[in-house]
Amino acid sequence: MNNAAASQTSEVSTKAALHSSQIVKIQDLNVFAGDHHILKNINLEIPRNKITVLLGPSGCGKTTLLKCMNKLTDLYRELKVSGSIFIEKDDILNTTTNIPSIRQKMGLLSQRPYPLPVSIYRNVSYGLKLKGVRDRKLINFSVEKHLREVGLWEEVKNRLNAPATSLSIGQQQRLCLARGLAVKPSIILADEPTSALDPISSKIIENLFKDIKKHYTIILVTHVLRQAIRLADHAIFMIDGEIIEQGDPEELFKNPQTEELRAYLVDGN
Amino acid sequence: MRRIKILEEKFFVFLSAFMTYSLITVLAFIILVIFIKGFNALNLDMILKTPQGGYYYGGEGGVLNAIMGSLYIAVGATLIAIFIGMPAALYINVQLVRYRRTQNTIRYFLDALWGIPSIVYGAFGFTLMLFLGMNASLLAGIITVALLISPIMVRTFDEVLSTIPRGLHEASLALGSTRTETAFRVMLRQGFSGFITAILLSFGRGIGDAASVLFTAGYTDNIPINLDEPAATLPLAIFFQLGSPIPEVRERAFASAVILTIIILAISLSARIISKRYSRSNLK
Ligand SMILES: Nc1ncnc2c1ncn2[C@@H]1O[C@H](COP(=O)(O)OP(=O)(O)O)[C@@H](O)[C@H]1O
Ligand SMILES: [Mg+2]
Repeated sequence: MNNAAASQTSEVSTKAALHSSQIVKIQDLNVFAGDHHILKNINLEIPRNKITVLLGPSGCGKTTLLKCMNKLTDLYRELKVSGSIFIEKDDILNTTTNIPSIRQKMGLLSQRPYPLPVSIYRNVSYGLKLKGVRDRKLINFSVEKHLREVGLWEEVKNRLNAPATSLSIGQQQRLCLARGLAVKPSIILADEPTSALDPISSKIIENLFKDIKKHYTIILVTHVLRQAIRLADHAIFMIDGEIIEQGDPEELFKNPQTEELRAYLVDGN
Repeated sequence: MRRIKILEEKFFVFLSAFMTYSLITVLAFIILVIFIKGFNALNLDMILKTPQGGYYYGGEGGVLNAIMGSLYIAVGATLIAIFIGMPAALYINVQLVRYRRTQNTIRYFLDALWGIPSIVYGAFGFTLMLFLGMNASLLAGIITVALLISPIMVRTFDEVLSTIPRGLHEASLALGSTRTETAFRVMLRQGFSGFITAILLSFGRGIGDAASVLFTAGYTDNIPINLDEPAATLPLAIFFQLGSPIPEVRERAFASAVILTIIILAISLSARIISKRYSRSNLK
């Protein structure tokens, strides 16, 4: 009997492992602001350790979709969110898990970098401090590790105590990434993270994403078609709050099934 | 067409420059007049001595009692107002971030409180004082001035906090900060140099106000040692001396005004230096 139970558990866990190729699953997500139906019946799955690109014209609801995932929609009372968002196994829209710990599963990169008004070092150590880590050595180690991870260590190692705002905007964006990674998230939400950056800094961020996707699931919002083509392992195309098409990017961009996507591909961004 | 545009441009540049410089000139003129009128009475005794016998008839002494009284009241009231204003402003901007209408209602009331003339605060402080069975005293003055400058403090802190980009607020929450951590670790720091200006503004309002201390702080020739003793203040020292028929005493009123002005200028200058240094130095 013991044996049977053991084999059953192992079977269950193999099954779970198979299913866990999807890290996020969204079901029937609707967002309203008053009469305005911002997101309409969103259903999607996001594959683990891949770059999923959310593509669509400005105003179609991409940012709102990201904000639903880390519950920043809470900041806007006018937004009414319904449906389910499973992160791993937890439906974060209907859960008792506390919100900060849900948010710590995700790092956020926004359109513009918003470094905290503290030093470079403290920006990266901030999340650790929140988690209650007090061990100096561990914090030092983690700060260096994550600054290296975003390729910023060599550039800033001699001025870790300088204010974060003294960095260039491209460096700030990488700092914000490092700051997010230090919290040990499994997902990175990136909302047009290169739109305020120069081409070289943008390239650096893009390459970083390619490097770190081994360890993280990246959800990248962009309205730059070429960026989507360069980075996407999985693509989701939205218009006006609706998902029009989703799937393998090669397929999607070579053989668009809908008129909308075809038009979008022709017009470019 | 082009000529008219150029003329128009020139006219408005001239007009706005003219207004700006005339305002500065008028202010400079006011200060100059006070300095000239008070110059004869301005000596070290003014700031180092309390009124001696016959001071109000042109005798020996100075207004150290009023200088110290004013500083005590303004510092005390500013500290109280910071303790009221900081949490209140953080509450409005962080906890109430979802409730825009509530935010605006609160702001409306605070603005109304800001606009109430200080004599009304003075009358209210006086009533409160009688109700509590207190005498005109340093404490009653501090409380009344704290009430007067609290709405100013909250609203100026609030203005500073409301200019902090929403993105920073969101970034802090996204890292897993609670709202309280966001308020105290991020918003407070981001607004730091603005807060210094806010504190200064309130301090200046507090130290310069006569009506609120008129009935509440009383007046004395001594420097108060306890909170329940009456306290002299510079605005009232100016007021009383200016009403004197004796020219020497009226001169001392202007000298007192010079002292008050210099205190305010010194404080605003140092606050500027502090806030500049803070924003430049290492933010460890
Ligand atoms: N808090 C809000 N209140 C009302 N409308 C909103 C709010 N946030 C977003 N919207 C609306 O939702 C739509 C989608 O916005 P957004 O998600 O920012 O689009 P995108 O990021 O794709 O450009 C827009 O029409 C916008 O005006
Ligand atoms: Mg957007």
